[in-house]
Amino acid sequence: MAARMRAPGLTRAGLFTLLGVLFAAVLVTLVRLGYGFSNPFDGADGWDEKFQNAVLTVGLIASPLFFLVGLGAFDYWFYWASGRPTRAEDHSSHGASSWKDYFRVNTDHKVIGIQYVCTSFFFMLIGGLLAMLVRAELAAPGSQFVDPNAYNGLFSVHASLMIFLFIIPVFAGLANYVLPLMIGAPDMAFPRLNALSFWMLPLGGIMMTASFLAPGGSFSTGWTAYAPLSTEVPIGQLFFTIGVQFAGASSIATALNFLVTIITMRAPGMSFWRMPLLVWANFSTSLLVVIATPFVAASQFFVLLDYALGFNFFEASKAGDVLMYQHVFWFYSHPAVYIMMLPGFGIVSEILSVKARKPIFGYRMMAFSLLAIVLLGFTVWAHHMFVSGMQSWIRIPMMVTTAIIAVPTGIKIFSWLATLWRGVLHVDTPMLFVLGFLTMFSLGGISGVMLAMVPLTIHVSDTYFIVAHIHYVLFGGSLFTIYAGVYFWFPKMTGRMYDETLGKLHFWLTFVGFNLTFGPMHLIGVQGMPRRVADYPEQFAGWNLFISLASFMLGLSTLIFVYNMVSSWRGGARADANPWRSLTLEWQVSSPPPVFNFDHVPTVVGGPYEYGVPGAVHGIFRPAGEEALPEAEPQAVPAGEPGREE
Amino acid sequence: MRDGDSGRSHLLPLLAIGAIATACGIALGLLIDWFPTAASEESGPIDTLWDVLLIVSVPIFVLTQTFVLYSVWRFRMRPGEELEDGPPIHGNTRLEVIWTAIPAIILVALCSYAYVVLRDIETAEASEMKVRVVGEQFTWTFYYPGDGGKEVASNQLYLPTNTQVRFDVQSKDVLHDFWVPAFRLKIDAVPGITTRFRVKPDKAGVFPVVCAELCGLGHSVMRQSAHVVAPGVFDKWLADLRAKGRPGGEQPGGEEATGEEAGGAAPDGKALFTSVQPSCGSCHTLSDASSTGSIGPNLDETLKGKDAAYIQAGIEDPGAEVTKGFQDGIMPNNYGDTLQPEEIKALTDYLVEVATK
Repeated sequence: MAARMRAPGLTRAGLFTLLGVLFAAVLVTLVRLGYGFSNPFDGADGWDEKFQNAVLTVGLIASPLFFLVGLGAFDYWFYWASGRPTRAEDHSSHGASSWKDYFRVNTDHKVIGIQYVCTSFFFMLIGGLLAMLVRAELAAPGSQFVDPNAYNGLFSVHASLMIFLFIIPVFAGLANYVLPLMIGAPDMAFPRLNALSFWMLPLGGIMMTASFLAPGGSFSTGWTAYAPLSTEVPIGQLFFTIGVQFAGASSIATALNFLVTIITMRAPGMSFWRMPLLVWANFSTSLLVVIATPFVAASQFFVLLDYALGFNFFEASKAGDVLMYQHVFWFYSHPAVYIMMLPGFGIVSEILSVKARKPIFGYRMMAFSLLAIVLLGFTVWAHHMFVSGMQSWIRIPMMVTTAIIAVPTGIKIFSWLATLWRGVLHVDTPMLFVLGFLTMFSLGGISGVMLAMVPLTIHVSDTYFIVAHIHYVLFGGSLFTIYAGVYFWFPKMTGRMYDETLGKLHFWLTFVGFNLTFGPMHLIGVQGMPRRVADYPEQFAGWNLFISLASFMLGLSTLIFVYNMVSSWRGGARADANPWRSLTLEWQVSSPPPVFNFDHVPTVVGGPYEYGVPGAVHGIFRPAGEEALPEAEPQAVPAGEPGREE
Repeated sequence: MRDGDSGRSHLLPLLAIGAIATACGIALGLLIDWFPTAASEESGPIDTLWDVLLIVSVPIFVLTQTFVLYSVWRFRMRPGEELEDGPPIHGNTRLEVIWTAIPAIILVALCSYAYVVLRDIETAEASEMKVRVVGEQFTWTFYYPGDGGKEVASNQLYLPTNTQVRFDVQSKDVLHDFWVPAFRLKIDAVPGITTRFRVKPDKAGVFPVVCAELCGLGHSVMRQSAHVVAPGVFDKWLADLRAKGRPGGEQPGGEEATGEEAGGAAPDGKALFTSVQPSCGSCHTLSDASSTGSIGPNLDETLKGKDAAYIQAGIEDPGAEVTKGFQDGIMPNNYGDTLQPEEIKALTDYLVEVATK
């Protein structure tokens, strides 16, 4: 037992977490004594509320760090710093032989990828459950199941989990698994950092979920946590403020890892213009994350300092600036929309090309439009603030840039449509979700252009029209691509096939349930129903009941997905190495891939999507025993785009 | 690769289906009754902008979706084609230029049009009436110009028709958003600064005033009414307000107390409980008034054994003593200003009668 306590792992991590709480209590007591505050046990109820909140605040910051130390995430550096012999990573821990291996620190990108995907789907189910409670409360006007405080908590935690613990990390997880395989690399550039990135994620998620247990209830200011409301509500707010820091740090570290991996670890012959578009998409996303995510961290640090230490950043009577919060927050949170969408664009390109059996139409424009979105994405943030009271002239340039960002997005949509044209369409589950994405995301994009128009937004901002728009973009857009990607790479990740019938059933129930749920929200929003209200006037009762019933159907459809994934992973038919006849590298190795991905380093000799080109290959594998490649690349397909119809 | 299929033969049926679907889509979009009642001059251009956006958007959506469905219908893999590939088309520069340029032109045109609309609805007229709107958790107070440069406060928003009004919007605590859906206009109330918008109401009636920015527990009950009345009625209402020096509040029993003084009868406490704005019942549970609000303490329980002085203090200065389990600053502290002393007394007497025993 003692040995188990000392060895890195979850047991030691749990012990260290308790130590972290103890550390917080001691630190707070000492500081309070130093400042001459009263004895914490002198409070009216035998317990001083300020003392309790201070311990909670410091504990929220300290115990996750203690947890990571206990888990062994920093052992290598501690050994190195103290001059003791470091244990070089010999990759002996790679791979997972049983489900228990997924609960240990592992530096194998394939194990981490699955850890990421499963963790984020776990939080997605919690977030979905919260959404069901929200809809149950909204099924009729008045107060039925929850009081207003609990209601505000439900939608706040729902949005925060879905954004920070599901969509952003699940894309990072999928890419973690397939991206090194796609570029012919044995692993990510920084495997230990990769493991650390993953383990920060559940910390943030548990913190946000556990906020319901906080005194005064969970954080209740929406995922936007607008100041000064967020600096005045009960202590549950800090579970968001601090939880976001861990999710954000995880996100930044992974993005750096992706950037270095993509830049330095591509297989020989894989130029930037031979990279699959999923790699391009994650390259662009990682740029966004690295530049933008520090801003959300800053905005939440401001709130933390205001809340805990009275810094008055947002206290108007003390020369604070309330609008500054929104500018800093949206400078991250608008690019975050693209962080949540670009990887999905990559998934769509991969699947569409394979399932239509055609090259991606306009490959270079697809890559350039990603970069254009990255650039333009930083110039539109204040369109979230058209009615915030900021200087009115800012609205005009922001309206124009917001509208113009639809151009690169339109290029992508039209190119995907052109890829369908005259293809041989294999309409199976991943393809259905991609086609569903094309439909729903177009609608979300169009309502986005409408929202760029300032006079209209003055009326519909903060209404259900916004709720409808964001769900068409993030559910109909991002989540559909996530489902598509999970089905598409399920055989590669698990070595099993999913159940096609259940997959199609899942798609149709989701597609219909989604539209019945979120479609009518456009209408009630324009008619005047504000968002984030627990109660609403009688005139909206009919539509809200309809929406709630539809949303329960949508919720139930998720269970089909979960059942399909679990049962297929346990006992599905064995998958071939390349069931989709894809050209990209990840499908050229066994399913699941060997522990070190490639027994021989592949050489890339052509584009990734040369379907229909006779004899085309993307990568070749050096035959065993043959050390040197011939100087001239064998039967190289020219890097240009040979089939262009000018 | 499939052969004998040049692609051009598909264009005609595709366009025909697309045109029919587009026409249906636009018709449907314009038939739906999207907006609430319009009660301002600004509503017209905004509602027209919406129609224009629909007419431009629907064809784009419908045509892309027709394309998807047509492709699935015609190019779906048939039995025997399992190992076939499509033609290796890598791109078409002319097409790519077209679908970059045309959307860009449409978007710039829409932005220009929206800019014109924005200028149109935000132009100040030479004479405008000022109303200062102050938001706090969870109520709005409206300040009208009074005699001798002093303002008079009201918890009722009255506006004359066909006069441009400028709202100077402020907040005492957190962010709120002053929205009148019938006017199509809103602006955040931001602590520390004054935000504003102008509106010219052109239709008499009672329209909801909604807080559109999450402001805490009582956000969903932060709703009041805008009474748009004929200028003569408005002038009389304002004169009465100035004469009293403080606002009349909602007259008990009468939702439509537009200007007429309700005689000298003592106010009815039970009616006041549900008619003051925001109403007591929207936050407090009180079985006698059959209210079920849960934002504030349950009065049936917390007022047991309390006296009139405690209740009156609680109405006028809710922060003085906060019931355990509830936060300070949630209940509006402007009732002392916006209610008449006799109204507060009536409320207190009523609560003493029904809740303290």
